[in-house]
Amino acid sequence: MAKLVAILATTHHPFFYKTSQLPPDEAAPFAAEWVRKVEAYRATLTAARPDVLVMVGSDHFHQLWLDNMPPFLVGKAPHYDGNYYNEEREFGLPRLVLKGHEELSGYILREALDREFDLAFSNELRVDHSITCPIITVRPQNDLPIVPIYTNIFAPPLPRPERFVKLGRTLRELVDAWPSDLRVAVVGTGHLSLELGGPRQFGPHGPDPELDAKAVEWIANGDIDGCLSEVTLDSLHAPGNATHGFMDFMLMMGLAGYHKADYADNLDLFHTMEAYFTWYPNGVGE
Amino acid sequence: MSKYLVNKFLFTVDRDPDLVERYRADPAGTVAWWEAERANQILNCVAGEASTWLAFTEAEREALATHDHVALFEMGAHPFLTLTLWIAMFERDHSEPLAMQLDYAAKLRHCALPYPDIST
Repeated sequence: MAKLVAILATTHHPFFYKTSQLPPDEAAPFAAEWVRKVEAYRATLTAARPDVLVMVGSDHFHQLWLDNMPPFLVGKAPHYDGNYYNEEREFGLPRLVLKGHEELSGYILREALDREFDLAFSNELRVDHSITCPIITVRPQNDLPIVPIYTNIFAPPLPRPERFVKLGRTLRELVDAWPSDLRVAVVGTGHLSLELGGPRQFGPHGPDPELDAKAVEWIANGDIDGCLSEVTLDSLHAPGNATHGFMDFMLMMGLAGYHKADYADNLDLFHTMEAYFTWYPNGVGE
Repeated sequence: MSKYLVNKFLFTVDRDPDLVERYRADPAGTVAWWEAERANQILNCVAGEASTWLAFTEAEREALATHDHVALFEMGAHPFLTLTLWIAMFERDHSEPLAMQLDYAAKLRHCALPYPDIST
C-alpha cells in the first residue's frame, strides 16, 4: 500500500513570492522572518521524501464560475498550467506547469464516488495561487506530480464544515488504501480570519485575532471536536468575510485525525495570520 | 436583483486586460456595451447559444457605470471580484503601498455585520 508520509496544512499568501524575491534593503521589515519561517516549514516536507503530492486548495473565480460551480472537484490530467493573468498583475506570481498524477486522481475519483462523495472532475485544469503558492513555499523545485483537489469556500451555498472534515477523513482512508508503493504527502491551504473587499481588509492584523489564536490551538492539538463545536457556516461570517477558507484547514484536520501536529508555527502579518502545521502519520522520517 | 449578472460583469472584465483599461477609462460606455453584447453570452458556449433573459436592474447599472464599489458591496456583489478589479484599475493612482485598499475599506466603514448576502 501507499504510505502517507506527511500532511501539511498551511495558509497561502500570494504576496510571499514577491516579498521573497526582493533584496533585503528593499524588502518589508517582516520579510526576513517570513522567509525564515517558510524555509523551516519547507524542510518538514523535504524530510518526508514524498513521491506525489495531493494538493487541496480553492479556485478564486478563475476557471470555476457561477454557471457551473462544484462543491468539490478533483483534477485528472497529465499536466496543470498554473496562475492567471490577474495573479501576475496583482501579486507578481510566475506562470508555471505542474505534472499531474492521473492514476491517483482516477483512483480518488472512483473510490470517493463509491463512498458517496460525488466529486466533480476536470481533465483540463489551470490551477491558481491556492495550489501554486504552496508549491513556491514548500516545493519550489516543482518536481513532483500532483493531484489537485478544489473546494468551494467562496461562492455560497457552501458545503458545511462537517463535510470538509468528512472529506478529509475519506481522503485519508483512500490514500492509506491506495495500492501503490509511492510515498504520498497531502498539502492543503486555506485561511484563518480574513477580510477581502470589506471594511476590515488590510488591517494591522487579521480581522479576528481571537479566532486566529483559537484556530491555531485547534489545529495544533488535533481538536476536531472542539473546532466543530464552535465553527458553523454562519459563525465564519463574523471573523471576516473570507474566513470560510478556514474550512480547508478543517479538511486537513479530518485527514490528520485526532493527533497533535508534529510541527506548528505561525506568523502574525498585516491583514492575516500565517500558520504552518505538519503531521507525520507514520513517524518522522519514516 | 441580478447579483449573478453583476458578478459576471466583474469577472469577465477583470480577466481581460483590454476590458480593464476600457472600464477604467469609460465606465458608463463599457457597461452599456457589455450589457448589450456580452451579458447573455454563456461563457462555455458558442455565441449562437446565448441566454436571452439577463439584464441589470437600474441600480446595478448605475453602480457599475459610476465605479461605485460601496453600492456594489451593499447590493451583495461578490466582494473578492469587486476588490480585485478595483485594485487593477485604481491601485496605480496611489503612491503608498496599500493606500488604495485602505481607502476602499474606509469608504465601507459604515457597513456593519451581517454584511449583505452574497448568495447567487
